[in-house]
Amino acid sequence: MAAPSREFTAPTLQLLTHEGELRPSAEAEPYLPIIEALPDAALEQFYRDMAISRRIDVMGANLQRQGQLALWVPSHGQEAAQVGSARAARPQDHIFPSYREHVVGMIRGLDPVDIVKLLRGVTLGGWNPAENGNFHLYTLVLASQTLHATGYAMGLQFDRATATGDPETDAAVLVYYGDGSTSQGDASEALVFASSYQTPQVFFVQNNQWAISVPVSRQSRSPLSLRGGGFGMPGIRIDGNDVLASYAVTRQALEEARSGVGPSLIEAVTYRMGAHTTADDPTKYRTDDEVEYWTERDPITRYRAWLEARGASSAFFDEVDAEAADVAADLRRRALDATAPPRSAIFEHVYSDPHPVVEAQAAWLEAYENSFEGEGQ
Amino acid sequence: MSVETVSTSAETETTGAADAAAPALRGVHTLSMAKAITAGLREAMRNDPKVLLMGEDIGRLGGVFRVTEGLLDEFGEQRVLDTPLAESGIVGTAIGLAMRGYRPVVEIQFDGFIFPAFDQITSQLSRLTLRHDGTLSMPVVIRVPYGGHIGSIEHHQESPEAYFAHTPGLRVVAPSSPHDAYWMIQEAIASNDPVLFFEPKSRYWGKGPVDHDHSGLPLHSSRVIRKGDDVTVVGHGAMVATLLQAADIAAEEGRSLEVVDLRSLSPIDYGPILDSVQRTGRLVVAQEAYGFVSVGSEIAATVAERAFYSLEAPVLRVSSFDTPFPPAALETEYLPSADRVLEAVDRSMAY
Repeated sequence: MAAPSREFTAPTLQLLTHEGELRPSAEAEPYLPIIEALPDAALEQFYRDMAISRRIDVMGANLQRQGQLALWVPSHGQEAAQVGSARAARPQDHIFPSYREHVVGMIRGLDPVDIVKLLRGVTLGGWNPAENGNFHLYTLVLASQTLHATGYAMGLQFDRATATGDPETDAAVLVYYGDGSTSQGDASEALVFASSYQTPQVFFVQNNQWAISVPVSRQSRSPLSLRGGGFGMPGIRIDGNDVLASYAVTRQALEEARSGVGPSLIEAVTYRMGAHTTADDPTKYRTDDEVEYWTERDPITRYRAWLEARGASSAFFDEVDAEAADVAADLRRRALDATAPPRSAIFEHVYSDPHPVVEAQAAWLEAYENSFEGEGQ
Repeated sequence: MSVETVSTSAETETTGAADAAAPALRGVHTLSMAKAITAGLREAMRNDPKVLLMGEDIGRLGGVFRVTEGLLDEFGEQRVLDTPLAESGIVGTAIGLAMRGYRPVVEIQFDGFIFPAFDQITSQLSRLTLRHDGTLSMPVVIRVPYGGHIGSIEHHQESPEAYFAHTPGLRVVAPSSPHDAYWMIQEAIASNDPVLFFEPKSRYWGKGPVDHDHSGLPLHSSRVIRKGDDVTVVGHGAMVATLLQAADIAAEEGRSLEVVDLRSLSPIDYGPILDSVQRTGRLVVAQEAYGFVSVGSEIAATVAERAFYSLEAPVLRVSSFDTPFPPAALETEYLPSADRVLEAVDRSMAY
């Protein structure tokens, strides 16, 4: 007797086909009004964000190859998932990224040079979320940030900073993680706590198919969106290369969260076109056919086709290309200017309150380094 | 506050479960350590609405050791959280709440259950102030009932403090008396840094005077609690009672031990230890934890470095063995006892 086959499926919600036609799937129909309400300027901004993100990716990878960065973490292929979801958040919302969401940070007002400094080995964090659109620090231990996001969302509830009925001020939390991270215990614990406390929160999983070299099938036998239901919250699977779906679904999930309905999970099905990081070699574990398949589903190409069909001028695209080139060139210049912090940075802020050991060691290192003054000249 | 001043003050016996409407305590009362911590938590929660408690079974039940008993009734569910049963989740969400301006006090139910939260404590909690360039404080207290002597099952009698003392960005303290427990928990909560607060669970039921008006010492201070001339003995938590017992026995044999209560394991306040060793010339460090790479090892190394010319004998350590905590039926042979401390004292005196 053949072993019974167990298939788990979930519909993938799509507004924009990969040819660039606005032809919502059945599940996507209810979201269409959210897109129809957007002014042209907002739609153009999605394109601008994605184009700049991709240009910065090229710049970052080059900097790493030139020995100027310890690492570069590319987003190539995931621009629609990131831009749509980030643009869906309101200013009062809090964003907890993983470490690949450079354009999300930029949308929230973060200077990307702060990200470059982190990858250049100049800082360990680099920015104050309160001054950068509530875009919290990158977290390199996978899924740790999901719990911080949930705790923060609990705090919003306790402060009555959410669910008052005013969407202009009610806050919600958006947390990013990836398909690999979903296997971490913290990711599951965060879903448990979020569901238990009904936090105003959206879990945004970018399923880019690969956790470095291990395919998503090793992380999950079923669509990751189904994890939502298992924990007591809606789970929605979207075409993550469709910026309109990413925007509309995240927008609605965040609005529901801020209204007090509870958390939800979005799985954005996308693809990491490049390497995991510059330390990776994807030719060792995936096929050209697969890359070709996803190239045909490129998020920027399809969105550009749609904008063009709607009448966007070639001047617009030229202007965006020029702007993206300027942003990348400026970032490159400033990245090269980022130099090591003073040695006091080893000791400052390890604690908030005075600490005798840290103070003594800082004084010792200072005296030790100063003892060489005058030597070797 | 010194022990002497307490013993001369008027004392009143306080018994029974915490009363939700209990007025703020003044004067000197006799409390068990568990109830002293309850009273300290209540004070901290009354004084700062941002203080909240999180943990497993801490609400309606009042915690498996009843340390949070009565606090749910007084402060409600948004300040006394019976969380889902997941330690990493508890500490991870406490971090998020601290980012929002709260001062969470987390209860880990038993010492051996802290390890599911180890990553959140050592890789996240301990570093977030540094990673935020000091713009974010992490005032999270993690209460850990720890140590043996209670005859319990595996993972319920451990002393994991060295892991946390080894981690930069954390502070680690352990009270040994009800008075210190009452004040140190409040001082830990007032700290703007993460504090691991190790509670010697075998001492929870031991009563002692608590002066509610005078704390006496900053959080990270060690202190001499018994004067002596021949050998300095240092310990923390439940081991302090063992050291006092050893000192009593030694006194009967004509030997005078000076007992230092460490109180803070990170940072360590070496002043009273070095002062004492400079007079006695001998030091024995006792701890329930494994001896290898322990707080006791650190003290031995530092005292050897800083009091070398005062020492008449090598610094000796009395620890548990470097084996997993045994079945409870063997714990009295495993844990350092007064006799084992005195054996080390004898060896020290033999030099």
